Amino acid sequence: MTEALLAVQAATPEHAAVDYWSMLFVFVLSTFIGLGVIRRVSRLLYTPLMSLTNAISAIAVVGSIVVAGAEYPTAIRVMGAVALFASMTNIVSGFMITDRMLKMFKKQ
Amino acid sequence: MTHAVAQLAAVLATALFIFALYWMNDPKTARRGVMAGIAGMLVAVLTTWIQPEIVHHGWIVLAIIAGFAVGVPLSRVPLTAVPQRTALSHAFGGLAAGLVGTAEYFLGAGENPAGLTAFRMSAIVAEVILGFLTFTGSLMAAGKLQEVKWIPQRPVTYPGQNFVNVGVLVIAVALGVLVVVHPTAAWSGQAFYAIVGLAILFGVLLIIPIGGADMPTVISILNSYAGLSAVAMGFVLNNKLLVTAGALDGSSGLILSIIMCRAMNRSFTNVLFGAFGTVQKVAAVGEQKTWKQETVEGAAQLLEQARLVVIIPGYGMAVAQAQHKVRELYDHLTKRGVSVKFAIHPVAGRMPGHMNVLLAEADIPYTALVEMDEINPEMPQCDVALVIGANDVVNPAARYAKGSPIYGMPIIAADKARTVLAIKRSKNPGFAGIDNELYVLDNTWMLFGDAKAVLGDLVRQFGGGGLH
Repeated sequence: MTEALLAVQAATPEHAAVDYWSMLFVFVLSTFIGLGVIRRVSRLLYTPLMSLTNAISAIAVVGSIVVAGAEYPTAIRVMGAVALFASMTNIVSGFMITDRMLKMFKKQ
Repeated sequence: MTHAVAQLAAVLATALFIFALYWMNDPKTARRGVMAGIAGMLVAVLTTWIQPEIVHHGWIVLAIIAGFAVGVPLSRVPLTAVPQRTALSHAFGGLAAGLVGTAEYFLGAGENPAGLTAFRMSAIVAEVILGFLTFTGSLMAAGKLQEVKWIPQRPVTYPGQNFVNVGVLVIAVALGVLVVVHPTAAWSGQAFYAIVGLAILFGVLLIIPIGGADMPTVISILNSYAGLSAVAMGFVLNNKLLVTAGALDGSSGLILSIIMCRAMNRSFTNVLFGAFGTVQKVAAVGEQKTWKQETVEGAAQLLEQARLVVIIPGYGMAVAQAQHKVRELYDHLTKRGVSVKFAIHPVAGRMPGHMNVLLAEADIPYTALVEMDEINPEMPQCDVALVIGANDVVNPAARYAKGSPIYGMPIIAADKARTVLAIKRSKNPGFAGIDNELYVLDNTWMLFGDAKAVLGDLVRQFGGGGLH
């Protein structure tokens, strides 16, 4: 029964009834996890922290991939491609500069 | 099948992102965090890309190549320019969210009006407002940090400014409510464009009154907005990974904003609507005291005879590119058995943690970098406090001068040290536009000149055998 339901949802990811309440739930819980984890971050590393979270939040790239790559009108896909470019820039420069900065922190 | 894979990948990526941030709790494990982040991102991108509805691969490849072409040079900027780069990446994040939100709206309006439920429509409006205001706000901030000519560096204020700013936002939100209620009316498209325009305008207006000293806070707030716009995108696209990653970014920005605000004794609203730096010159109180100048030779002697030297760097050090000279001085002093520590104020520099990165670049071990709260109890035992290009963060007026814009701001207690040496380029006041009494205290000696040149002279005293 549940398996059948899952199969139906899996087959129609876009149009399945969206459970917004569980989304809200996920949002609140991950905010609390974020607050808990970030509070422990070393004060030395706030600058790399910001570039790292920048790169991570560029996960928006997955949304842009769908908008740019699916069978949509051209104008829509142009917007998606620009968004994809912007997110990709953040991913590349964010991770690279974070690592570059972290390499500089030496104990002795 | 591919959908299940994507869901599994999303869970895995979320876990990797949380670990990435967790490992940032120690410089020893932090680089592992970057690896975890990259792994999470790869997993998420690849499993999205293999979804059956993705058919136009050429565009994706092109956009990714373009992203690398711009991203790689952006990751190699000098470390003094990291705040600008960060602001720019907030702008890109906001732009991506704004564009995807706009695309989703017109897609829904054109092909699937039933899909534009009130909840989804609200998420789209939130995404677009947050995204575009972050876009232009961050661009403005980046421009101010980069000292672009046509963006005024000093805060720009005019009568009724807050009224105008709030008004623009209120109109945008009101239009948003209208579009949520009538997503497919004849005028809805125009109203949607108006929302985009107002959000773009609001971002600019929000940053116009912000000055350099507020940049660490403003960058943190924009960081939070960029995260929240990703969350809104997650709601729009029904994608939980976007929600979790965005929430992590948002909470990081929030915590940093709170820390920055506390370090300046100000509130969010005060930062955004208070126009710091417009309060010019506080009238000189009492008799006019004058500076006492010290020679480089004298300063070197003071430093050499000290047991504990606390160096207090500010943005002036970074501007003068003096961090490598600081490192040489540090070497000479530690070799002679002098204990040297660096006192880092949370808002020193132009973004959170900026000073630590600049000093780490100069190979100063991070164990020598001490937070304000830890160093202050030690300051009475400090023989020489060496202030390099810092100003407001060591101004004792913050403790008692009620009229001063920095009143109540926690400061590094340089004045408690037995002797204060202050390197200063000119006799002008700092960003807050106020005179610094530290410079006229009985135990303070000034060294005027470019920080790099003065430190170079100091180092020569030690290296060139000037003292022996």
